[in-house]
Amino acid sequence: MLLVCPAGNLPGLIAAVDAGADAVYLGFRDQTNARAFAGLNFGDADLRAGVAYAQARGRKVYVALNTYPGPSRIAQWQGAVDRAAEFGADAIIAADAGLLAYAARTHPRLDRHLSVQGSATTQAALSWYHEHFGISRAVLPRVLSVQQVERICEQSPVPLEVFAFGSLCIMVEGRCQLSSYVTGQSPNRHGVCSPASFVRWEDHADGSRTVRLNSVLLDVYASGEAAGYPTVCKGRFVVGGETFHALEEPTSLNTLSLLPRLRSAGVAALKIEGRQRSSAYIRTVTRVWREAIDRLRQDADRWRELPEWNAALSAHAEGHQTTLGPYHRSWH
Amino acid sequence: MRLTLGPLQYFWPRRQVLDFYAESLDWPLDVVYLGETVCSKRRELNLRDWVGLAEQQTKAGREVVLSSLALIEAESELGALRRLAGLGNVRIEANDISAVQVCRRHGVPFVGGPSLNVYNLETLRLLQDDGLYRLVLNVEMGCELVAELRQAAAAAGCDLPELELIAWGRLPLSYSARCFTARALDLAKDQCGFRCIEYPDGLPLSTREGRHFLTINGVQMQGAENCDLLPEWTELAAAGIGLLRLYPQQHGTAQAVRRFDAVRGGAAVPPREPGCTAGYWSGLPGMQPPP
Repeated sequence: MLLVCPAGNLPGLIAAVDAGADAVYLGFRDQTNARAFAGLNFGDADLRAGVAYAQARGRKVYVALNTYPGPSRIAQWQGAVDRAAEFGADAIIAADAGLLAYAARTHPRLDRHLSVQGSATTQAALSWYHEHFGISRAVLPRVLSVQQVERICEQSPVPLEVFAFGSLCIMVEGRCQLSSYVTGQSPNRHGVCSPASFVRWEDHADGSRTVRLNSVLLDVYASGEAAGYPTVCKGRFVVGGETFHALEEPTSLNTLSLLPRLRSAGVAALKIEGRQRSSAYIRTVTRVWREAIDRLRQDADRWRELPEWNAALSAHAEGHQTTLGPYHRSWH
Repeated sequence: MRLTLGPLQYFWPRRQVLDFYAESLDWPLDVVYLGETVCSKRRELNLRDWVGLAEQQTKAGREVVLSSLALIEAESELGALRRLAGLGNVRIEANDISAVQVCRRHGVPFVGGPSLNVYNLETLRLLQDDGLYRLVLNVEMGCELVAELRQAAAAAGCDLPELELIAWGRLPLSYSARCFTARALDLAKDQCGFRCIEYPDGLPLSTREGRHFLTINGVQMQGAENCDLLPEWTELAAAGIGLLRLYPQQHGTAQAVRRFDAVRGGAAVPPREPGCTAGYWSGLPGMQPPP
């Protein structure tokens, strides 16, 4: 089982490789990837250095090109595929069918992974992408229960990658227009959810804080209360007279306890979310998962999740809380 | 422009569904989409019921399209879709790539639904090769992207398929594996008791300041307000939109169809219905009131 870790910049990539990632994924400094944040991602020099650093140590570099270009921007996205190939990346991670077709046609030797943004949740959908574009791996959306993951592993025409740890989208990836409904900018088209330029935090005299997204009140935090990401899905709203996290709590996915089951199911790769997070996050989370996977490989019968692993992961989780999320049926 | 009745997004009691579609036989519609698109647990109508409704609508001279779920997770859901495709002589609205694959395998012509991610000509042409004959534009697609698509097609010397735009009703915004109705009622999804049947127009969600913001509809989230693009009629026709979709809502659907049809018949374009948005058409965020 490969460990695939995020890198928001060169120090992040080095941290991931040094901590034991089998592969790192990264993006360019534009809207071709779903973490199009200011100050994040890779320019040419960093990319060259990053690919060299990883490959010299036998690790792989995947380039995320997982947004959906409109008709006038497809040439730019195709250029990004060319760039990934030119810099010697091991694979691209893409969602748009037109872009996957271009990559298959133009760079047949560059591996193509289907992004989680492609929303493939069945053997039929995976077959469609495989038959059309020869994808060599697919990342499953974070909506399936572990039983469903096991079933789809049996039937899939391609090896599968699943999310192991990190921030959790409550909506099916690639099928959420909540950010776009409020701001006009979407993960699909602009590579951002709740863009920072639309987020307004306000501190009040009583110590409380409010957060708004383009004038829509997402939440009010009492003095000292931990705040979640300022996304629509993590806000507190009023439904039927009750105020609560109507869509999702600020929490992170942590599937450590499912590791043996995911391995038995034949999952090919585990993905850590968080290109927008610090190198410290990347280092800690990668180290924990590396150790957990290695111990499982060495002695599956005696494998137990260690409390110190979960303590380290929780310290880096959103709201310091973790959940098995969709893998656990009761979450739905 | 042709008028279409989109698939029913809510869970209504069987009698209400049958009455609604019986009433719709008198409405000036060209295309009717039938079937459950939101949650496979909603089974007030079975496949035979839907096929019966399809026959009624076909007799009334409408093109009938059977709509797939927007999120297909289980083998049983795929099996239901394969049975539909196997009926022969059907058209399917594919709302998930799984459905595209089933249609392609069975040689069934399909409509690309609004939850497929089609943002450019390259993707669209691939789907056309697989049997797509019409595209319902994703909610985010406004006039600018439609114009770009048309230019790209002209430059490539190819024809676009028929384009359908959501013109009236609540916009479908997102889908999850989690049921938000069950969550609001503090129920597990597996023991939901089908309580969404109590909310035939969805469950309103407001901000802590009391602003009606979104609508909960099982695993789907919708906008709070209806969108109404009738004031843009002339512009939509000029942009080459061939069909306008009106979504069934608990109230006002019949009147909405008649308003649109009146404009089609030459009546003056009326102002927007009070409280409605103009969706994404003009390039603004979907929830913003039009300028």
